[in-house]
Amino acid sequence: MTVPVLSHLRALEAESIHILRETASQFRKPVLLYSIGKDSSCLVHLARKAFFPGKIPFPLLHIDTTYEYPEMIEFRDRFTKEIGADLRVYTNDKAIQEGANPYDLGTAKCCHLLRTRGLVEGLQEGGYDAAIGGARRDEEKSRAKERVFSFRDREGRWDPRNQRPELWNLYNGKVDPGESIRVFPLSNWTEMDIWRYIELEAIPIVPLYFAQPRQVVLRGPTVIPLETNVKLLPGEKPQTVTCRMRSLGCTPCSGAIRSEADTIGKIIDELAAFRRSERENRVIDHDQDGSMELKKREGYF
Amino acid sequence: MAAITDNRTIALTHFTVSNRDEKPLLRISTAGSVDDGKSTLIGRLLFDTKTVWEDNLEEISKSKVNRASHGLDLSLLTDGLRAEREQGITIDVAYRYFSTPKRQFIVADTPGHEQYTRNMATGASTCDLAIILLDARKGVLEQSRRHSRIAWLLGVRHLVFAVNKMDLVDFSHEVFDEIRAHATHLLSGMDGVIADFIPLSALDGDNVVTRSERTPWYKGPSLLELLETVDPPHVAAAQPFRMSVQMVIRPHLDFRGYAGQLASGWVRVGDPIVALPSGKRSRVKRIVTFDGDLTEAFAPMSITLELEDELDIARGDLLASPSTAPRVARRLHTTMVWMSEVPLDKQKTYLLQHGTRVVPARLNGEALALNGIGAVEVETAELLPYDTYRDNRATGGFILIDTITNLTLASGLIEGEVREEEETLESFSDAPFTPAERRKIRALLAHMKRFGFSFDHEDFEQGEGI
Ligand SMILES: Nc1nc2c(ncn2[C@@H]2O[C@H](COP(=O)(O)OP(=O)(O)OP(=O)(O)O)[C@@H](O)[C@H]2O)c(=O)[nH]1
Ligand SMILES: [Mg+2]
Repeated sequence: MTVPVLSHLRALEAESIHILRETASQFRKPVLLYSIGKDSSCLVHLARKAFFPGKIPFPLLHIDTTYEYPEMIEFRDRFTKEIGADLRVYTNDKAIQEGANPYDLGTAKCCHLLRTRGLVEGLQEGGYDAAIGGARRDEEKSRAKERVFSFRDREGRWDPRNQRPELWNLYNGKVDPGESIRVFPLSNWTEMDIWRYIELEAIPIVPLYFAQPRQVVLRGPTVIPLETNVKLLPGEKPQTVTCRMRSLGCTPCSGAIRSEADTIGKIIDELAAFRRSERENRVIDHDQDGSMELKKREGYF
Repeated sequence: MAAITDNRTIALTHFTVSNRDEKPLLRISTAGSVDDGKSTLIGRLLFDTKTVWEDNLEEISKSKVNRASHGLDLSLLTDGLRAEREQGITIDVAYRYFSTPKRQFIVADTPGHEQYTRNMATGASTCDLAIILLDARKGVLEQSRRHSRIAWLLGVRHLVFAVNKMDLVDFSHEVFDEIRAHATHLLSGMDGVIADFIPLSALDGDNVVTRSERTPWYKGPSLLELLETVDPPHVAAAQPFRMSVQMVIRPHLDFRGYAGQLASGWVRVGDPIVALPSGKRSRVKRIVTFDGDLTEAFAPMSITLELEDELDIARGDLLASPSTAPRVARRLHTTMVWMSEVPLDKQKTYLLQHGTRVVPARLNGEALALNGIGAVEVETAELLPYDTYRDNRATGGFILIDTITNLTLASGLIEGEVREEEETLESFSDAPFTPAERRKIRALLAHMKRFGFSFDHEDFEQGEGI
């Protein structure tokens, strides 16, 4: 008998489903961190597969910074309703009331308050003992070091120097009250795998990923689409550029790329020719050498 | 969501053929002693295959740290933690992804420092092939020996010995042959191992991607050529059927499915199956996936099985075919790789995780301490279905978890069972549990019950009064 081989995407899919089922079985109260981006879309799709014909047995949690693109929020509400998911939204209202915004505090501090603190508090408030995220190891150098089941202490902190060993696919999800595990089912997926899977499975994604002429402002090398809550700096003039987002985040921090790719097929072809990483268009990631690691140690995803 | 009555079937090709020019995947890891050049080698592979983002290259060229004697310090491509760059060593595994026109690769670059051996084991455990680096000036070291052994124990059956830093020994043929002879000794006792030997310089790129003119005496392939052409070594689908039940999916009263990922082998609709350790039997009624029902499935697919009979099967049970079922035992001979600063304690009760089954266990044998590898006898509170690790990578291994700290302490490889007539050196300790242990175990039992673990070993629940 000739031994068949599972296709690469199906092998990744099978591994992710295994991880999602382990999470649902090992924890008292897991939650899926839903960030609305392409990776989250895949993650939710995999969760639907993992528990079929049952429903996804945990809620989806969106940490809303209030600085996201309106198209993202529209997509979030429509998509989660269509698939019958249990969506929860958490915002660090206290920080916003106290005036947290990227213009006065700078992007690094704003991100710390609205994303990192928002996440840690949102998880604490919900009493979740496992938070499933769509981060991939190929995204960034400190993420490349993360376990599939990654331990967090009571403050949500990661200690990269002292991670639990993780053998084969035997995931140890044991934690004491207050501690938690961040689970990364997409650990072994690359950006290319994600796009090919979106194409293969026709997974819905936010329209911002497709190129179209948009009103933007050019800030240094960064192309920033003009949305209701983007403030122009002195001397900046809006202009029309055909562009799309490679990675989604808050409006002031995530830039678009000039592109004509308006279908998944074209996006894949374009990606194959890219020489620069996807996170480069995120202002926040390179404020400081090793800034992702520092943020992750504080509790960021 | 499709209705449950919708018995739409799909062909297996749905899972074997994907959309675009897909290439086979090989998972590899590095190993070897500290500073042998593992990270530099992976950096070199990524750099010479042009799979490094330009902004990553700019970042490492601007970095304050550069330990390379000339040119870019390519080890920084994987040594991404601040502490790693400050100390100039790898601390934890970094995973990198790259592809060539022939293959896709997942690379785990692991640390050589003895203190972080557990992270090396983490990286090796999921790999098909390990590259063991040897410094041409130093040859085979204690850590090279330990890492080769760990890689083999954890199921890696292909070892590539890369004799690195050949630039520092004038690309000497004699040096290479001498080291090769030494390294060959490491292979004794490793049944079924495949070994290759390559002289290279990670720093300069000799024999990494292209063959070097500086080693005219070497007639073999470059490292990348080798990696692109080796057989995918792990063919789990060819082994007997094994699937650990991860959870029972029961959306309503008319459906009860057992969800899991095939650890090995095939399963077909109509096949007889046995659930272990209980020994209950039934037949496969349906193989359910979100994409449609299948008539057959193979490892490593994730599926949900519906059975002909309503059986009491729960998370932790191992499904197999009755004709090729694994053995079931409570006392096992194992080899353990100890990964904790706290040494093995015969007085303690540990949790043993095997597949999706978690059982209390006691140990007897060598007093293993951090990074120790040795023979340990295990007695579990419940029967455990097992294969030997030589027969099946997935069902021949387990991990040990501390009941108090929750940490993963060791990885274990099952060698076989302890026969009745065998005299153990020392009987298992019957020391009473400490109050803290008792509390912890009680909470655990309650927790496990809630999630449908079968947990009915009387001694443990009542007999010992915990
Ligand atoms: N001359 C020479 N130096 C090399 C070569 N490969 C690596 N080095 C140097 O050896 C030192 C250690 O290299 P690393 O790649 O960090 O070694 P490593 O095996 O990853 O070390 P750990 O991960 O900490 O165990 C660095 O200074 C490298 O520049 C080589 O082929 N030739
Ligand atoms: Mg290294």
